[in-house]
Amino acid sequence: MSQNLRVKSSNFIDETSRISFKFNGKTYYGFKGDTLASALLANDIHLVGRSFKYHRPRGIMTSGSEEPNAIVQVGNDKAITEPNVRATEVEIYNGLEAKSQNCWPSVNFDIGGINNFLSPLLPAGFYYKTFMWPASFWEKYEIAIRHSAGLGRSPTKPDTDIYEHRYIHCDVLVIGAGISGIMAAKTATKNNLNTLLLDEKNELGGMTIYQNSEKFKIDNKISSEWLNDEIEELNKLDNLEIKTRTSVAAYHGYNYLLARENLTDHLSKDEKENKVRQRLLKIRAKKVIVATGSLERPLVFNNNDRPGIMLSSAVKKYADYYGVICGKNNIFFTNNDTAYESAISLLKKGINVHCIIDIRENSNSSIVKEAQDLGLKIYWSHTIVDTHGYKRLKQISIMELSKDGQSFANSNKIVLDCDCLGMSGGWTPAVHLFTQSGGKLKFREKDQVFIPNKYQSEQVSIGSCNGDFELDEIIKNSSDILKDFLKIEKTGFDNINVETSKETSKKNIWLLPSDKIVGKTKPFVDYQNDATAKDIKLALREGFRSIEHVKRYTTTGMGTDQGKLGNMHALGIIADTTGVKMGEVGTTTFRPPYTPLTFGTIVGRNVGEYFDIFRRTPMNDWHINNNAEFENVGQWKRAWYYPRGNETMYEAVQRESKATRESAGILDASTLGKIDIQGSDASEFLNRVYTNAWSKLGIGKCRYGLMLNEDGMVYDDGVTTRLGENHYIMTTTTGGAANVMGKLEDYLQTEWPELDVYLTSVTDHFATATIGGPNSKKILNKLIPDLDLSDENFPHMSFKEEKIGKINCRIMRISFTGELSYEINIQASYGKSLWEQCMDAGKEFNITPYGTETMHLLRAEKGFIIVGQDTDGTMTPIDLQMDWVVSKKKYDFIGKRSLYRSDTMREDRKQMVGLLTNDPNTVLEEGAQIISELNQTPVKMLGHVTSSYFSPNLGKSIALAVVKGGKNMMGKKLFIPMEDKTINVTVVDPIFLDKENKKLNA
Amino acid sequence: MFLINCPYCGERDQSEFKAGGEAHIERPKQPTELSDDEWAEYLFMRKNIKGIQFERWNHAHGCRKWFNMIRDTSNDEIKLIYKMGEKPPKG
Ligand SMILES: [Zn+2]
Repeated sequence: MSQNLRVKSSNFIDETSRISFKFNGKTYYGFKGDTLASALLANDIHLVGRSFKYHRPRGIMTSGSEEPNAIVQVGNDKAITEPNVRATEVEIYNGLEAKSQNCWPSVNFDIGGINNFLSPLLPAGFYYKTFMWPASFWEKYEIAIRHSAGLGRSPTKPDTDIYEHRYIHCDVLVIGAGISGIMAAKTATKNNLNTLLLDEKNELGGMTIYQNSEKFKIDNKISSEWLNDEIEELNKLDNLEIKTRTSVAAYHGYNYLLARENLTDHLSKDEKENKVRQRLLKIRAKKVIVATGSLERPLVFNNNDRPGIMLSSAVKKYADYYGVICGKNNIFFTNNDTAYESAISLLKKGINVHCIIDIRENSNSSIVKEAQDLGLKIYWSHTIVDTHGYKRLKQISIMELSKDGQSFANSNKIVLDCDCLGMSGGWTPAVHLFTQSGGKLKFREKDQVFIPNKYQSEQVSIGSCNGDFELDEIIKNSSDILKDFLKIEKTGFDNINVETSKETSKKNIWLLPSDKIVGKTKPFVDYQNDATAKDIKLALREGFRSIEHVKRYTTTGMGTDQGKLGNMHALGIIADTTGVKMGEVGTTTFRPPYTPLTFGTIVGRNVGEYFDIFRRTPMNDWHINNNAEFENVGQWKRAWYYPRGNETMYEAVQRESKATRESAGILDASTLGKIDIQGSDASEFLNRVYTNAWSKLGIGKCRYGLMLNEDGMVYDDGVTTRLGENHYIMTTTTGGAANVMGKLEDYLQTEWPELDVYLTSVTDHFATATIGGPNSKKILNKLIPDLDLSDENFPHMSFKEEKIGKINCRIMRISFTGELSYEINIQASYGKSLWEQCMDAGKEFNITPYGTETMHLLRAEKGFIIVGQDTDGTMTPIDLQMDWVVSKKKYDFIGKRSLYRSDTMREDRKQMVGLLTNDPNTVLEEGAQIISELNQTPVKMLGHVTSSYFSPNLGKSIALAVVKGGKNMMGKKLFIPMEDKTINVTVVDPIFLDKENKKLNA
Repeated sequence: MFLINCPYCGERDQSEFKAGGEAHIERPKQPTELSDDEWAEYLFMRKNIKGIQFERWNHAHGCRKWFNMIRDTSNDEIKLIYKMGEKPPKG
């Protein structure tokens, strides 16, 4: 492919290094240093995509992250293809493959383009208005809309790239390495401040670094040369970290910022192998200097979107920086001096510039004079009224403006040929990050820009993002602001000599007039979303006033560029149409991220097994080796059941349950929360946090406790053992451990600081094996032959400190299943060994390991609740029929007063009952609703099933449920309506097995 | 993301802390003496101020200590941090 659209003047492109890439399946060449956009332009390709709604042909418009049109899909690998990438930000490498988005079947022949001709039928809010009725049709509409809209394709396979996070703490963070950012970084570093300088481009220096005009001089050097020298000095400084290709995504309060550092996207496949692709920087800066620069605005006129219509600064950058000629016959269209700089730069490279169309009446700045001296034709007081050419700009029509700029001086129309139009509507300070941090803007009437006003945190804005656009102002004001902000005497830029061309006039006409009526024109405000000035006017006619509402109704500013180019025009048009002052219309809220972030960057290394933290018990390997299925409980991986052969979960649980009741079972209970409680007021503390009394509990004895919230609702439960006079060990539910600990600390520190009590979480310090069943006593006897296991010496609800072999262990004779059982706690590192010894000793008794599911079944047979399954934060102990655990004598405990509130004393509260199905083989569904009348409309719902199992030990289905007024319904017949049938049930006592506790005291 | 100056540990990231609601609501010493309305006032009623608010915070993933914070909820500025048991400043 020819590269005849290159000029030999670029310092930034390596013409000796030719790079081959593919665009829409065709191979092209560019040079090292090119972006995809510059390389395509060098190959005379402007048409790169289609617009979102009308599918109009669109070309490259900008040279940076604000690009609204040139959005491409990069790569065709199913795992790492990336949609919505701006061609202006993609650095080319050998093997790069990119293609156009939002066009089908191809960018040159796009069926959706028919929307362009149907566009009178597609005004603002069209989708809302048309497709909302009838509602049942929406699904069909949606398919058609999604097919023709849609921005790119998501990867279909898991991302194979590596991402990571890094924390950075610094004294000063400088965002943006343009001229003011470079000044700030140098000043901060030279004052011994640990400084971080970030820029989204691959090169430092911003726009000044390719500014080669004699009109702009600093210290008697051309501004780019001066800045180059500054950067060279900067690179020598210690104490300064510089990161390029790094874009700040979010600026949160307290100077906490997130930035995305791009490490390998510019490298070829081989070069990026095994390297981290992108890094999320989490930055906490003592001070932040925002030097994000400004964005050039387009002008809003009829058909201002054809391929070949670009920002004037982009045309200049492509020529000066990339050495690329955007058009052979260029015209500029402007309301300020910027386009003159661009035109002069092109002319000096021998590139043809036909003329400049300027909506101002005149200007006598030195840069305008220079253009005139070079023989450039200027059409003062003229505007473009239309453009021509479908896939590439061919012609423009211009007319002379009237004095007020709202209509025309005469009816003469001039048609001019051109293939590239550079437009400049002035500059908008990039205040996005400033406002994200909570900063408030003020409107500067003089040149109609929003600039930073009130600072929230330790931060300051300098340069053009602060509204300084002239070179001398940028240097002087930045220097002054830095001195004040960093509290220093001088910056080194104080008395520097600056030559510049001063802009003498600017003129904003937010919507330029056309000779056609507004309804027949397409003056685009938001290119990506195809929102036109006409749409904004329609929204205003329909009664929308707030900028936030107009934005959503017209979708202005809602594309991937987030209104970087068009927001000010939208505000201006609203102000002009409604007669409200622009500063009073206000801006929409800028939200993070400033530029899109990949999901990979956000997630970092926390993928796959690192997505969330798992906690595993010391016996975990044994469970795995013995075919356990696992269940997540909180962050714990708990053994759920141990299927043998082809057993289903149901079959395994039936077997495990039966074996435990008939002989012996063993459960890994290591995950239960354990809190060590010590101090002279430990008993008093337990009296206050549990519903029952603790003072009289003997040393070496255990007691079940129920803990409420202050609202009287059950919060947690567990057995607490008195180890000594002032020493207890409390167990909590597995999932509730951390919260219980937090709650107890809260009361100790804030309500009862006078109590002498110390809490220590010891959950991970102990491993716990629970052996239960009629033969558990024999097994424990084999493990500790010397221990007297008689009911006299070691009764139910008591504790012994013993040794298994040489290892100390704590044994509680307590039961959650209703079987005789022992809970053996041992130092965690001996957990697996303890478990294996129990298995060995229990072999002759067919000791059966069981998981959480069997535990749930066994305790349901016994009518024991599980907090969180049978309760949901609305159940009092009275509702649970657990009055026996609530002390009537204690003056106070957490939640006591609430048990006497009129609401908690209602008779018709949901109360815990047992349910038996009339057909003992029918097992209820947990969560199923319960009713008492079959033919009632609306049917009165009495409650729901909370736990339900087929009990192998009772040979029938059992369930726990909560039912309104259930306490007084014993024997009552109720109904469970299911999708295909109604199940008849009878209300019974919730304790199904061994109500007399014979098994416990065996 | 706040930077919170724990009175026991110093400046730490907000992710180490838990917010604990309105500060200086003392648990009644004799709950049984209270009417339902009085108890409900303690139990349920909390202020939600736009502006200066007194709050409790806990350095949950640090020293586990509770402390008080005065924060402007309109701009998240932390005005003052003081220990549990200390009285809030007047005015
Ligand atoms: Zn702390």
